Amino acid sequence: MNKQDNIILKVENLSKVFAIKPEPIEALTDINLEIYAGEIFGIIGLSGAGKSTLIRCLNLLEKPTSGRVFFKGRDLSSLPKSELLELRQSMGMIFQSFNLFQQRSAIENICYPLEIAKVPREQRLARARELLELVGLPDRETATPSELSGGQQQRVAIARALATSPSVLLCDEATSALDPSTTDSILALLKQINRDLGVTIVLITHEMSVVERICDRVAVIDRSRIVEVGSVTDLFVHPQSAIARQLVFPGGELVERLTGDAALRIVFDGESSFEPVLANMVLACQAPVNILSADSKNIEGRAYGQMLIQLPDDPAAQRRIREYLNSRKITFTEEIWNDNA
Amino acid sequence: MTTLELLQLLGQGLLETLYMTLISTFLSYLIGLPLGMILTVTDKKGLRPNRAINLALGFVINMLRSVPFLILAVAIIPFTRWIVGTSIGSTATIVPLVVAAAPYVARMIESSLREVDAGVIEAARSMGSSDRQVLFKVMVPEAKPSLLVGATIATTTILGYSAMAGFMAGGGLGTIAINYGYHRYNTEIMLYTVALLIIVVQVMQEAGLHLTRRLDRRRRAE
Ligand SMILES: Nc1ncnc2c1ncn2[C@@H]1O[C@H](COP(=O)(O)OP(=O)(O)OP(=O)(O)O)[C@@H](O)[C@H]1O
Ligand SMILES: [Mg+2]
Repeated sequence: MNKQDNIILKVENLSKVFAIKPEPIEALTDINLEIYAGEIFGIIGLSGAGKSTLIRCLNLLEKPTSGRVFFKGRDLSSLPKSELLELRQSMGMIFQSFNLFQQRSAIENICYPLEIAKVPREQRLARARELLELVGLPDRETATPSELSGGQQQRVAIARALATSPSVLLCDEATSALDPSTTDSILALLKQINRDLGVTIVLITHEMSVVERICDRVAVIDRSRIVEVGSVTDLFVHPQSAIARQLVFPGGELVERLTGDAALRIVFDGESSFEPVLANMVLACQAPVNILSADSKNIEGRAYGQMLIQLPDDPAAQRRIREYLNSRKITFTEEIWNDNA
Repeated sequence: MTTLELLQLLGQGLLETLYMTLISTFLSYLIGLPLGMILTVTDKKGLRPNRAINLALGFVINMLRSVPFLILAVAIIPFTRWIVGTSIGSTATIVPLVVAAAPYVARMIESSLREVDAGVIEAARSMGSSDRQVLFKVMVPEAKPSLLVGATIATTTILGYSAMAGFMAGGGLGTIAINYGYHRYNTEIMLYTVALLIIVVQVMQEAGLHLTRRLDRRRRAE
């Protein structure tokens, strides 16, 4: 099946301006996105970039100032209120702070969306128990949120969001309040839900590690604009925007101070063997290089890595290094670091 | 005065006080609860912001709340007479008590509902809740502990007002304290009524807090 033919969410020329004093804030500028059914789509950006505003526009919790959002081909802003409310039942949402009802037990929390959907009581309870099982908390039915750990609360929130069998799950920094190992288990649960139930997941985060672990495609948002969209592999191998490089390569800030120096980003794209490239290159070219930053990742079962090296000032030495890398068929890109400002 | 007479006097006063307090609290909530909800819903950040309604209602409430109770009670004597037919005695006192307490209750309701976590409301909205469902199925239940604490405070405040009404022959323990303690310099009886008032307030306060603690499903830990 061609993924492009199966767009579940489409954002068209969307902008959002908060009309606040003294100056209006443009939180989203001309956003265009296509999200395919069945994928895990990440949206990554720094704090204040507009991520939460964007995801809230997807189910119209936030009304866009201009532009449109299509869900399964239907223009959300053209829907009458009652239809919009009903449609929200096919888009679950989870949050950084879980947002469970504090005065309801776990199972009552999960029953809430079913009450809204007018499902009879017996069916509600049966469905809620099924979901508690799914998220691994079958024995915590009567626990209230204050009796659950953060990870457990997020599991209940996931169960609640899935109660009405939505086709899309929106996650706003769903793991940002959790410790690393709990984060892993929640991400694994999301991946499982995506795989087993076919739920499309839109996931917002400021952490590259989250994107890297579970996303298929990713959009990078920077100061209200989408600056890059593509597969996660592409983002790691060829980050286009300054912000993406900074996110992929957290060491980037350090390098920014070496503006003007010639630098190369060497990419290990999972194909090249594990020869000691750098050592061999230094020996072959008889030229010193400075490793500015290095990082390797395991993405989709293959090894990827990047290394940023600073070249010597001597143009002849620089040429020898480039020729050497070309001869070994190693991908590299020229870096200009003073565009990061 | 024999001990029996004294007990009868105090018992009668206590009953009148409880009658005024409870009926007035009930009526104040009957009026204040919807008003408090309207204030919350029409607030700038509410479910259906409406500046005109919010400002108008807020103004009336602030105005009533800024008048000291005794002055308010005197000022509305014609209104009280029109409703009850008299302006003295415990039934008549219910009128100014409600007029004074309803706006107070409305503000308490508003502040309790406003405390409900915006994230929780957002979650409810993301599940397709209508505004009505957000208010009645989420905000009110989530604010329950705070609403109960508010009700306890409102009841004891109304009890205090009812005692003040003793100055204008409002009935109950307040009137006994004024008649014997103030007009006849019988300090002993006045002290008894004061002790009774203190006990009633304590009992109400404790009962209210106990109920709140039992019904609040959040655990103490936080
Ligand atoms: N309701 C609002 N009123 C006014 N300004 C807002 C509102 N919501 C968001 N903003 C502004 O819009 C911009 C984007 O905010 P948003 O919450 O979408 O960022 P974010 O990327 O989610 O950040 P974070 O990672 O910190 O959650 C910020 O400048 C923020 O101050
Ligand atoms: Mg956010």
